[in-house]
Amino acid sequence: MKLVKNIAIALTLGTVALTGANAADAGKHPLQIDWSFSGPLGKFDQASAQRGWQVYKQVCSSCHGLKYFRFRNLADIGYGEDMIKAFAAEYEVPGDVDDFGDPTVRPAEPKDAFPSPFPNENAARASNGGALPPDLSLINKARHDGANYVYSLLVGYDDAPADFELGAGMNYNPYFKGSQIAMAEPLFEGAVDYEDGTPATQEQMAKDVVQFLMYVAEPSLEKRHQMGIKVLIFLALLTILLYISMKVIWKPVKEGKNFYDE
Amino acid sequence: MAEWKAAKPENKVLGWVEERLPILSLVNNVVGPDTPTPRNLNYWWNFGSLAGLMLVIQIISGVVLAMHYAATTGVAFDSVERIMRDVNYGWLIRYMHANGASFFFIAVYIHIFRGLYFGSYKAPREVLWMLGVVIFLLMMATAFMGYVLPWGQMSFWGATVITNLFSAIPMVGESIVQLLWGGFSVDNPTLNRFFSLHYLLPFVIAGVVILHLWAKKISDSGNPLGIDVKSSADQIPFHPFYTVKDAFGAGVFFFVFAMFIFYMPNALGHPDNYIPADPLVTPPSIVPEWYFLPYYAILRSIDFPLGIPGVFELVDAKLLGVLAMFASILVWLLLPWLDTSKVRSGNFRPLFKWFFAFLVVDMFILTWLGAQKPEGNIPLYGKIATAYYFAYFLVILPVLSRKETTLPLPESISNPVLKPAE
Ligand code: HEC
Ligand code: HEM
Repeated sequence: MKLVKNIAIALTLGTVALTGANAADAGKHPLQIDWSFSGPLGKFDQASAQRGWQVYKQVCSSCHGLKYFRFRNLADIGYGEDMIKAFAAEYEVPGDVDDFGDPTVRPAEPKDAFPSPFPNENAARASNGGALPPDLSLINKARHDGANYVYSLLVGYDDAPADFELGAGMNYNPYFKGSQIAMAEPLFEGAVDYEDGTPATQEQMAKDVVQFLMYVAEPSLEKRHQMGIKVLIFLALLTILLYISMKVIWKPVKEGKNFYDE
Repeated sequence: MAEWKAAKPENKVLGWVEERLPILSLVNNVVGPDTPTPRNLNYWWNFGSLAGLMLVIQIISGVVLAMHYAATTGVAFDSVERIMRDVNYGWLIRYMHANGASFFFIAVYIHIFRGLYFGSYKAPREVLWMLGVVIFLLMMATAFMGYVLPWGQMSFWGATVITNLFSAIPMVGESIVQLLWGGFSVDNPTLNRFFSLHYLLPFVIAGVVILHLWAKKISDSGNPLGIDVKSSADQIPFHPFYTVKDAFGAGVFFFVFAMFIFYMPNALGHPDNYIPADPLVTPPSIVPEWYFLPYYAILRSIDFPLGIPGVFELVDAKLLGVLAMFASILVWLLLPWLDTSKVRSGNFRPLFKWFFAFLVVDMFILTWLGAQKPEGNIPLYGKIATAYYFAYFLVILPVLSRKETTLPLPESISNPVLKPAE
């Protein structure tokens, strides 16, 4: 047990060292939300993820791409095939060249990735006052305490304190590094009309879109959690069995038996 | 060396093969029933076999990753995401490999510090120890290049910072850096050669592990008392006793490993590596993987030249830092001659024990310092921790081994009655 403790201590110290490293110039410590997907038994909240998809589609997608997300992935958060086809068909993607060699566009299909709102980085910057809206596919994993961070960022807009020098076109948000962000507050009460009738408060929409983005960042999360329990139970039983075998096999050694003089 | 015992398999086919290629005898004599091993090995002796298992896991998971990975700057990041999303159990293989590197280092670090405490580097095990240091250096190179492969922000900037260190070497530095890069900055050719070497080096490690085990066979395992085996009563067969004990240890170790894979797969990584590499955006802080942090701290602590600053600099600050970083590991090679105490085990060295404990604490402090921004008092702490690190090897051990009064050693392993002090 001493050994396990030592390993645990070493690991904790290592992790503390790593996470401590970047606390310095990050913004305010994010609000801590009790997410359905955290913890060893954590799962996605399908209803919330579906609402989050609606928020993403209706609000965020005008600026942010989601390039690792394919329409067919929507099946995992509970949408049927026809729904997915219909969602996809709302968008256009580049098709094959036609008989005259000219480029064409076609309606998106479930196999297609979510189309980016801008053709390239320059176009994205030009529409956003020089700032680049990052692709959100991995955002929950690309920031410390990602889910809590994105949530806090979305609900954290505030008036700048009197002594704060806000740059032109910038918005005050203490959770962002440097406390000012080029993205204007994207969510305000009633920004979407939830299909399931949930009141669309800012907190609710922020939670839902984070739930959806968590699914996009880590689609295997549920499978991983479920498999983990099985693997850990298996390893625990195996280890106990090995411990008992060891005790039995070692008995003669502990009794001082000499194995070499016959 | 224990005598060689030929295996005589009952099975005709095995016997036929065995006569022509005595591979069963080889196993039998290294980890088998005919491998007499000290009967008093404690759990610290488990970590050698654990390191071996981790190497196997890294090679197997790595080969599978390589089937789907594309070492081209434009698509490397995408290909890793495809592994995570579209390849069956790709997420499992990748999380195993990424966390496996950390657990490989945990096992090897404990294995090394076991050696430092119990004097495993002393005669007759000098070559065994030195081969271990070679394995560690190869592991560091392998892990460094592996971390570059997913081509995230930390991959790119870590590679840039570390390869740039070589430019400190006088005359040839720039050429070495260009050779590593395959051009004039970290770019596609760099990624390609790193992938090639990342695939190759683990097999070189496997080769050195075989030499390491061969040397172990020649000198036999040490033991926590640090005294020689006096008679066969001191020994037990490796199999089944240490095979079952190693298996139990592996169960515990893999349990912790699995906790990381399944429940905190990204805890040991840096979130910036989920941002695709961008040569135009420098991350706010460039932090290496945790297992490199002590050496990174040593590197950054040396910010002064050898000589009189500005007047006469024998070695400039940058080069001195790089030299110190490499020296901090290479100094392990000299250990058998720096520590000349006849007593191997720290258990019988009352003063050594304390200095060793401080070294362990010092390593943790250096790890922590390596992750901090070099501001405020951090550089000062870094200098103190670095000074102790080198003093331990270069001053404390040589002096201690002459001055220290050691405790009386036991008569033998099987009969641990203390014999009077010499
Ligand atoms: C009008 C365009 C626009 C809309 C709509 C928008 N964003 Fe942004 N977003 C931006 C820009 C521009 C940035 C870059 C900000 C910067 O770098 O200062 C950004 C940055 C971000 C970031 C990254 C912050 C960081 O740590 O770097 C997140 C997360 C984010 N947006 C989430 C969202 C979500 C979720 C939505 C939908 C609810 C959304 N955004 C809607 C323009 C937009
Ligand atoms: C000594 C053993 C090894 C160590 C310590 C090691 C370490 C690493 C590390 C730290 C990474 C980065 C993981 C990440 O953050 O994503 C990595 C990636 C990778 N390694 Fe290894 N590795 C080893 C052996 C191998 C072998 C033998 C192969 C191939 C045969 C291999 C193939 C790969 C590939 C393809 C990647 C990129 C995919 C990814 O980043 O997940 N590795 N390795």
